Amino acid sequence: MSESEVTRDGVRHARPDREAPTGVHAGRRRRRRGRGEQPMVPDAEFSSYYGKPVLNKPTWKPLDIAGYLYLGGLAGASSLLAAGAGATGRPALGRTAKLGAAGAITLSLAALVHDLGRPARFLNMLRVFKPTSPMSVGSWILSGYAPLTLAAAATDVTGRYRLVGSAATAGAAVLGPAVATYTAVLLSDTAVPSWHEGYRQLPFVFAGSAATSAAGLALLAAPAAQAGPARRMAALGAVLELGSFQVMKRRMGLTAEPFEQGRPHRLLRAAEALTAGGAALAVLSARVRDRRPAAAAGAALLAGSAALRFGVFHAGVASAEDPRYTVVPQRERLRAREC
Amino acid sequence: MGEGAEGRENLLYGPEPDVAGAAGYPDAPPRMGFFTDTSVCIGCKACEVACKEWNAVPEDGLLLTGMSYDNTQGLGADTWRHVAFIEQRKPLAGQEPGVAHEDVDVFAAASRLGTGAASPGPGATAPPPDRAPEGAPAGEISPLSPDGRTELRWLMASDVCKHCTHAACLDVCPTGSLFRTEFGTVVVQEDICNGCGYCVPACPYGVIDQRKDDGRVWKCTLCYDRLGVGMEPACAKSCPTDSIQFGPLEELRERAQARVAQLHAAGVTDARLYGESPEDGVGGDGAFFLLLDEPEVYGLPPDPVVTTRDLPDMWRHAALAAVSLVALAAGSFVRRPR
Ligand code: SF4
Ligand code: SF4
Repeated sequence: MSESEVTRDGVRHARPDREAPTGVHAGRRRRRRGRGEQPMVPDAEFSSYYGKPVLNKPTWKPLDIAGYLYLGGLAGASSLLAAGAGATGRPALGRTAKLGAAGAITLSLAALVHDLGRPARFLNMLRVFKPTSPMSVGSWILSGYAPLTLAAAATDVTGRYRLVGSAATAGAAVLGPAVATYTAVLLSDTAVPSWHEGYRQLPFVFAGSAATSAAGLALLAAPAAQAGPARRMAALGAVLELGSFQVMKRRMGLTAEPFEQGRPHRLLRAAEALTAGGAALAVLSARVRDRRPAAAAGAALLAGSAALRFGVFHAGVASAEDPRYTVVPQRERLRAREC
Repeated sequence: MGEGAEGRENLLYGPEPDVAGAAGYPDAPPRMGFFTDTSVCIGCKACEVACKEWNAVPEDGLLLTGMSYDNTQGLGADTWRHVAFIEQRKPLAGQEPGVAHEDVDVFAAASRLGTGAASPGPGATAPPPDRAPEGAPAGEISPLSPDGRTELRWLMASDVCKHCTHAACLDVCPTGSLFRTEFGTVVVQEDICNGCGYCVPACPYGVIDQRKDDGRVWKCTLCYDRLGVGMEPACAKSCPTDSIQFGPLEELRERAQARVAQLHAAGVTDARLYGESPEDGVGGDGAFFLLLDEPEVYGLPPDPVVTTRDLPDMWRHAALAAVSLVALAAGSFVRRPR
């Protein structure tokens, strides 16, 4: 021990763990924070069972379920663009939005089915209608919405049955907002701390993100002359998404921490930059002849919205894997109730 | 919320005296459950084995964790009973640190069982309070024994699905695969589950999980098959110390209250019930516990709340967000005056 060095982390080379008395440190853990991050709440001591998580983490595959959330949002908001385009005489914008909605919702359903442990039993989703299960409600909404988007797109492309097409477009626009926002309830209605605690703002974050992605697709694929609404939608959507996300994090306390660490942090930072940058570029692109700025803005918005869903998804999983986010807020709640 | 007596906000939360009735069984038998008294658990894992054998639960990973005697680690698809082992530098009240037993003739002692105050006979697990040793108050580290060792206490607890009064897993299941039985328990119908996995993150206790190779989810059924023919669940049947007690929930709650009072009188002030109160965040557990430390020490959440308590509010916020999205889209099509 004569060689031991005393550092800011304690005595080194002294093998303190060997002498550690049983039980004193077992199951207690302190967490290191990411570089340069300001702690949102003071570090709290807490007990756990050998640092094991209290919850079983979601078994959902990130690509399937985060992808499902993203594509659902893209489809839902695209249906609104399609209806608006129809009403204001912008056929090219309408076609882009209708094809986008139909394609996105088809892919999103495929992702959902692919994620099931028993894909062959997908139809069991429609065995009952359960308002207490967001997944049941969502399945029923989708089973109404998906055919409408397909009909809207098919009638537009073929140019036949126009009346049916307009009715389908209108119907899809009614269900679209529900498709875009119910996915927030899907995540929040779990015991996962970072999903549940933000349930008041998450639907608004997802609504904004849906708007930016649909606007992004329209900017990428529709002619500039008809893309005015998409540009405005991009700007409004970005404000809604980024603003609600900030409010959400502020209200969540400790459970906002997983949004600020590791992979979720990087994804969400990228989402912020892409969404804000894409929206700004979209607005500016109205002033230039060149199509390329608009296309770049569209691509950035699409990518930003996807990064947001993946960031939120991974942050939730991280919060379920660490007992700290389950135990500490519950302890605080108990303490508050006692006094 | 909290002070339960304020009553229930909705059907998804608060006390529910008749779970089976609320689930649509007109003349249901009494609600059945478990009372797990961890103060007498010896960590033999007979319950884990009996459960696996009776329910044909597959192997859950043969590995050594190195963290304690616990190589099972936690509940999951292939672990429906889990015995937790916690080592603490803390005596149980009434334990005498560092007593040597070399001079004790166990056979002679056994023949005296129940004949005097010094050997109170079977059923007495703790000495009367006045005999608790000096300087060994509960909750503090005991003094060193003559040979310099300190005292250690071992907490063992057999964890299981709580069969919640308001079960989040059941609430969120989109297929109706999870259902409430006539005994008030919560069971998965494996022929219906499509493996959507929603119940897994919904459970506030981390109980139910997906079996990877099978795709469906699995958890304790409270031996629904055995209950149906009037037998007690395999774990309770096999428990040698009656740490796991099975019976009508009402009766178990009374028994548990008495046991806590007994332990408190014996100086075990750490003893507390967990999941027993119908006023708690899940409306009370069908399987509840007597613990000797904070719940989180055993890997249990200290104040679990069924996530669907907030579901009506979630739908309200989602509806508002949907309306905002419509407004936002409409705003995008409004031409700015030039
Ligand atoms: S403990 Fe979890 S799995 Fe068991 S009934 Fe409650 S919510 Fe369902
Ligand atoms: S995984 Fe099975 S039991 Fe769980 S919610 Fe989905 S369908 Fe229901």
